Amino acid sequence: MNHEAKKAAGAKGDVVSRDKRTSWFYSDTVKDHFFHPRNFLDHEPEPGSYNARGKVGSPACGDELRVWMFVDPVAERIQTFRWKTFGCGSAIASTSMASVMVTENGGMTLDQARELKPQDIMERLGGLPTRKFHCSVLCDKALRDAINDYYRQTEQFDKMVLAPARVIDPISKVTDHDIEEAVLDGATTLEAVQQRTKVGVGNHEVLPAVEELIRFYREKYFGPDKESLI
Amino acid sequence: MPDVYVDHAATTPLDPRVLEAMMPFLGDAYGNPSSFHMRGKRVKDAVEDAREIVATILGARSDEIVFTSGGTESDNLAVLGYARMHKEQAHHLVSTTIEHHAVLETVRHLNKKEGFEVTEIPVDVDGLVDPEAVVHALCDDTSLVSVMYANNEIGTIEPIAEVGRMIEAWKKEHPKSPLVLHTDACQAAGALLLDVRKLHVDLLTLNGSKIYVPKGVGVLYVRRGVKLMPLQFGGSQEKGLRPGTEHIAGIIGLAKALEIADEEREGEQVRLTLLRDNLIERVLKDIPKTRLNGHPTKRLPNNVNISFMDLEGEALLLYLDAAGIYASTGSACTSASLDPSHVILALGMPYEVAHGSLRFSLGRSTTQKDIDYIVETLPPLVEKLRRISPVRVSEKYYQST
Repeated sequence: MNHEAKKAAGAKGDVVSRDKRTSWFYSDTVKDHFFHPRNFLDHEPEPGSYNARGKVGSPACGDELRVWMFVDPVAERIQTFRWKTFGCGSAIASTSMASVMVTENGGMTLDQARELKPQDIMERLGGLPTRKFHCSVLCDKALRDAINDYYRQTEQFDKMVLAPARVIDPISKVTDHDIEEAVLDGATTLEAVQQRTKVGVGNHEVLPAVEELIRFYREKYFGPDKESLI
Repeated sequence: MPDVYVDHAATTPLDPRVLEAMMPFLGDAYGNPSSFHMRGKRVKDAVEDAREIVATILGARSDEIVFTSGGTESDNLAVLGYARMHKEQAHHLVSTTIEHHAVLETVRHLNKKEGFEVTEIPVDVDGLVDPEAVVHALCDDTSLVSVMYANNEIGTIEPIAEVGRMIEAWKKEHPKSPLVLHTDACQAAGALLLDVRKLHVDLLTLNGSKIYVPKGVGVLYVRRGVKLMPLQFGGSQEKGLRPGTEHIAGIIGLAKALEIADEEREGEQVRLTLLRDNLIERVLKDIPKTRLNGHPTKRLPNNVNISFMDLEGEALLLYLDAAGIYASTGSACTSASLDPSHVILALGMPYEVAHGSLRFSLGRSTTQKDIDYIVETLPPLVEKLRRISPVRVSEKYYQST
């Protein structure tokens, strides 16, 4: 996953290749969103204000992102998109930009939002350094997590989408189906799944994706996590 | 806008007195010390004078001083050079979990690729190495112990002299052992005594760019009788241990810088300790959910390392940068890997505490006004990032609430 993401980042929009003199530093747009983040939730979410939530990453990996959406139930367009993140400059900026993109011009439909690619966010930001790319990959995932959550909340289970079998960790060759099985087997934490599958042991880069999957399957089979209910 | 450079542990500016000493060797004194003529000899004499100065400050003999390209090369020459030279005899190396990567990655390379066993000694919550634990790890097969003098990230000063004495005692009971002690003293150079006899070390690393010399020059002290395998081959410079024409101006500058550091050590120690403690005390008092990383008193006079819970260090670093404060972080986001500071993790802290760590390393230019500016600037920036953050770090990890 990360391997592919890095290739894509190098292909276009990479700040390093645009201005070698400033290497990892950020574009003006990135800085603007970093210093003046849009749409972040600066208080605890109020009950009833949102009808979907999403989460990705973990502070252990350096990034945790939570999003809250209000989707107009008739048009199924995103009306409100708020977020909180524990993350670096580009995580803050890319999430801020994504929040603008999904709500501008009347809001994206859920189908449109699901198609939002990290590359789209990066283009609007005027590029990100290659090794920062995984950060903006996170916010499109949190968005898709929230879209699934909306369908779960509205009992449209057939519309929930998860990518088909794919290798999550190229080192241990663990796939998302292995993780699904482990969770069904009762391994509902990262540690328990790692004991069974060795996923991400010695390859920390994949841990955000693994945690996201564990949570997805845990909620799918055992219901929403109590502590993070809206 | 203020311009507060508090990243002296990364590198220091060039001291004008050092530059002055270097100038002739960037100009008319361009000879190659290996040349057999006056232009060469003049330069050779200057290099040997510099070697004498460095040796005197280290309490060593001048033939024990090897000039290198910097701290990383010195560490590599010490560790690789000694381990490889004695590989027929011994295959075990001992180091600590908080070493600089120049040592840690080197012993790990020897472990992975060259068949050496490596013991990495853990540290306590303040980053202190227990000398007993070091000795406990020794066996007949151990050739080298490498423990840093002071940690570059958290500033903790290790009990090197005690480690050295205990190793000497151990060697008396194991007379056939080839064991030597190496210490990386890059961060200690400006602040602590560097007498190799009192430290009981066989190999010691110094780096010019931490003591107001330009980048690209360092020292390895090699005790007489300690044999190293060179890392590169060529001419007979530095007794064949470091072939290649010397970085003359750097060597001259390094000797001058060590002289200055030696003269000013006591005064700077007192001055910087006051500033350091003032910064630590006020940040911990003014900003809730913070933690001092490293030992409270056994620490470099210029090092302040504080974790700000619930936020990520790179973001804070960028906000400080915009306010004209230049610090550094143990967050993974500024490193090439995705892992945060191995040093803060080695203290037993979770990833999120390491991600939120910030290091302010003070220097000769740092004033009370700078400290005041940092203390005034930090709280609203921390507050803003915490409002954005969904993470709440467990309170068992912070001191100030």
